[in-house]
Amino acid sequence: MTLSRLLRCAGVSTAIHRFYPVSVGNQQFVFWIMASTACFVIVSRNDIPIYEAEVGSVLKKEEAAHLHQFILHAALDIVQDLAWTTSAILMLLHDSRNEDGIKSFFQDVHELYLKILLNPLYLPGSRITSSHFDTKVRALARKYL
Amino acid sequence: MIGVGKAKQYANVLDKPLSRGRQEVSLSAFAFLFSELVQYNQTQVDNIAELERRLEDAGYAVGARVLELLCHREKGNRRETRLLGILSFIHSTVWKVLFGKVADSLEKGTEHEDEYMISEKELLVNRFISVPKDMGAFNCGAFVAGIVRGVLDSAGFPAVVTAHFVPIEGQQRPRTTILIKFAEEVLRREARLG
Repeated sequence: MTLSRLLRCAGVSTAIHRFYPVSVGNQQFVFWIMASTACFVIVSRNDIPIYEAEVGSVLKKEEAAHLHQFILHAALDIVQDLAWTTSAILMLLHDSRNEDGIKSFFQDVHELYLKILLNPLYLPGSRITSSHFDTKVRALARKYL
Repeated sequence: MIGVGKAKQYANVLDKPLSRGRQEVSLSAFAFLFSELVQYNQTQVDNIAELERRLEDAGYAVGARVLELLCHREKGNRRETRLLGILSFIHSTVWKVLFGKVADSLEKGTEHEDEYMISEKELLVNRFISVPKDMGAFNCGAFVAGIVRGVLDSAGFPAVVTAHFVPIEGQQRPRTTILIKFAEEVLRREARLG
């Protein structure tokens, strides 16, 4: 079931242009573009988000929060179904537009994540609070998207 | 001297490249550090089981990171989805990177479906360690067992991993075996994947 069908069934009318759940290694990176906002989330195991970034104009607050949760879980379900069928770390599930840019974006963010992970004082699965990381992710978003 | 070198200084660790860097670390430096690790933990615990658990936890942190790093460096971002795949990955790639050689052997347990064993004649971490008699069956290889458990857990194959001494005929020092016992769900998923 594609995401747009899912959302229509749930009665949520929204202009989701593009949607990319990506499984990278042990974490899932989810990314979607709604109207003029792009939202990027890194989710660890047990579905706990460890990093979020919104690029572009921000939607109305109340609507956004629920919607984000919903999209996030739908994405994770799709990814988890397919996760064990392929040995690729990077799975792009979406209607193919701008494929290369998105792929490079995710690869670069994955490298950044690896560097964070290598920090012995970082507990895997906890929130990423480094402002430097935030800056770099946003710079990458501007570069590739 | 520590710190002497021509390494380029980066403002933040996130800017440093993830390159391979120098492949080797001084054995004596590692042995010294490891012995300090064991001694430090000895002062913090009351019994052997707790000491083994602490060493294992230390290894777990290493294992989780090693998996991600190696997947990125060595395997070009491909990960293992099958049991035998991840076991041979540990047995060759991980061992090669950590200890400079592949493990001596990888065997499937005869009694139980979910048990596998990686054996090594002399674990690197145990090379300069002799365990006093009153510590019974304590094995500093618990650190390596922790590394293996970290790798398996982060790859999605939860397991219980322990290190044991196996005395061998005709050899003074016993062989070390890392025993891996996989959780139910791993076997179920393996069966499902065919």
